[in-house]
Amino acid sequence: MTTLKEQFVVPKRYNTFSLVLMAIGVLSLIILFITHGTSSDEHVAARFWASILQNSVFFLMVTNGCIFFIAATTLAWGGWQMSFRRVPEAIAACVPFLGGIAGIVLLALVFGGNHAIYHWASPEAAHDPGIEHKAGFLNKTFFAVWTIITIVGWSWLGKKLRTLSTEIDNKPLSVEEGKRYIWNNTVWAAVYAVLFALTVLSSIPWFWLMSIDAHWYSTMYSWYTFASSWVSALSLITLFVVYLKNNGYLELTTKEHLHDLGKFIFAFSIFWTYLWFSQFMLIWYANIPEETIYFKPRLQGPYRAIFFLNLIINFLAPLLLLMKRSSKRNYGTITMMAVLVIFGHWLDFYQMVMPTAVMNPETKQTYVPNMLPDIGIGLGFVGLIMFVTGRALAKNSLVAKNHPFLKESIIHHT
Amino acid sequence: MAVKKFVVACFDDEKTLFPAVKNVRKTGYKIHDVYTPMPIHGLDAAMGLRDTSLHTAGFIYGITGTTTAFSFITWALTYDWPLNIGGKPYFSLPAWIPIMFELTVLFSAVGMVLTFCYLCQLAPFVKKDHFHLRATDDLFVMAVECTEKTNDSEVSDFLRNLGAIEVSTQYKETGWWIGRYDKDTEIFGKPVEPVVQS
Repeated sequence: MTTLKEQFVVPKRYNTFSLVLMAIGVLSLIILFITHGTSSDEHVAARFWASILQNSVFFLMVTNGCIFFIAATTLAWGGWQMSFRRVPEAIAACVPFLGGIAGIVLLALVFGGNHAIYHWASPEAAHDPGIEHKAGFLNKTFFAVWTIITIVGWSWLGKKLRTLSTEIDNKPLSVEEGKRYIWNNTVWAAVYAVLFALTVLSSIPWFWLMSIDAHWYSTMYSWYTFASSWVSALSLITLFVVYLKNNGYLELTTKEHLHDLGKFIFAFSIFWTYLWFSQFMLIWYANIPEETIYFKPRLQGPYRAIFFLNLIINFLAPLLLLMKRSSKRNYGTITMMAVLVIFGHWLDFYQMVMPTAVMNPETKQTYVPNMLPDIGIGLGFVGLIMFVTGRALAKNSLVAKNHPFLKESIIHHT
Repeated sequence: MAVKKFVVACFDDEKTLFPAVKNVRKTGYKIHDVYTPMPIHGLDAAMGLRDTSLHTAGFIYGITGTTTAFSFITWALTYDWPLNIGGKPYFSLPAWIPIMFELTVLFSAVGMVLTFCYLCQLAPFVKKDHFHLRATDDLFVMAVECTEKTNDSEVSDFLRNLGAIEVSTQYKETGWWIGRYDKDTEIFGKPVEPVVQS
């Protein structure tokens, strides 16, 4: 134990790289603001807002997925993840920052003057028969209060779970203390799981994303969004684990742990497909116009290519490339797949937000906007995540060395 | 399939079994098999067994199932008996995907079970010789195969030194037969001493 490299030092190149990515993000944001955001036409301006809405919500939900990883493994009394658990903990430190950004964007969209994206928030929606009867749920007050509670709750409980993990770094636990410690962890993880069920697994995707199509609804939507963000969160954890391994850290994490992460990415890609298809098939089968309207621009309109690309990247690629045991244990393959999966689910969020949010003001039709600024802003968020996570990793020991389950992780074998 | 001579060692702990397996392999004796009451992590690797190909077989059965479902439904619903169901096109893939999925699972599951039984020579009424009855209860039993060059008393001493609590030399049929244990066992191989309860 004495020879472990416990202290992560943020390399200069890592720092520079994250700052460059953030600069790209800010630059893209400014360019998009100048070309679209300043326009007096609210549909042109919506192009700018849609981009930051999609990016901030996606990356917030991905980093929040890392808190869910901590909570889920804690609740299941899992031990295998203990050798790299500081990685999801560090990524979870991004939640308050990304939550702040997403919160500002969301509240600005609801309370600002531009209601092209959240049509239900505009004054004329009060007389819209399709939205009127949803007002008990879909109203500005509830949206704002619930959004703030959600973001604060995630940040606070994430912080709580991280503190629980780091506070025992310098005090070895006796057996009795260990039992109490595990119990304590379980209780807080359970509290988080309840909040998670009330937010990500139900109301939050309805509020933040589904209400863009305020007339349309799908009960599957939240789980589908959750699956997207969760599989991306697992990929993000994998990327950081591989990065740290390549730099000589995390000696206790072996191919066995990587194999399990690979299995998770594989399994939840299938899970995502299952939910995606369940949502699609029921709507396709019933063929009711008010429901199929959602798939009109996506499947038969300008988003057709993205729609099928989404399915190829997020289903076929993980299915075929991660099926073999050897590919889940290979650093190169798993890194490539993790990057691909994160991009794929970013694209998935893109086709959730864009088709209804953007509209050509002349033809009144949706169109696929030039994706470059969106990718640029996305890279900015990646840079922000890298920056905050690097700092959080360097703040504490990389190994939760006094955790009672650490040994289970060291001898872990698939 | 033939009757062969084995030196059979019993261990009462996997902590002694693992070094014993490694030492026996290092010395060059041929391990016929190791029988344990429960699955033991890492024993396959210690014995030098290759990874199973069962999952490859499962994949092949799976895609066979997908193809079967897809081609049959396509034939039935577009060519043999086209039906207008809710105004959907005859070739309506989304509706078939659940069935394609189910047949994939069915084919790969049933196929893998049957392949597993074939590889392990398991079937109703198929019988095999046992080295030690307590292998299914609480003992870890290692069978070392003897060739004409093997000095079995030397092997026995070697295994005893490695921590075996019980070592015996047995003649056993390695193949399978159809019959009943209570009547047939003595036909195959030379009779062995009854199991001694320690």
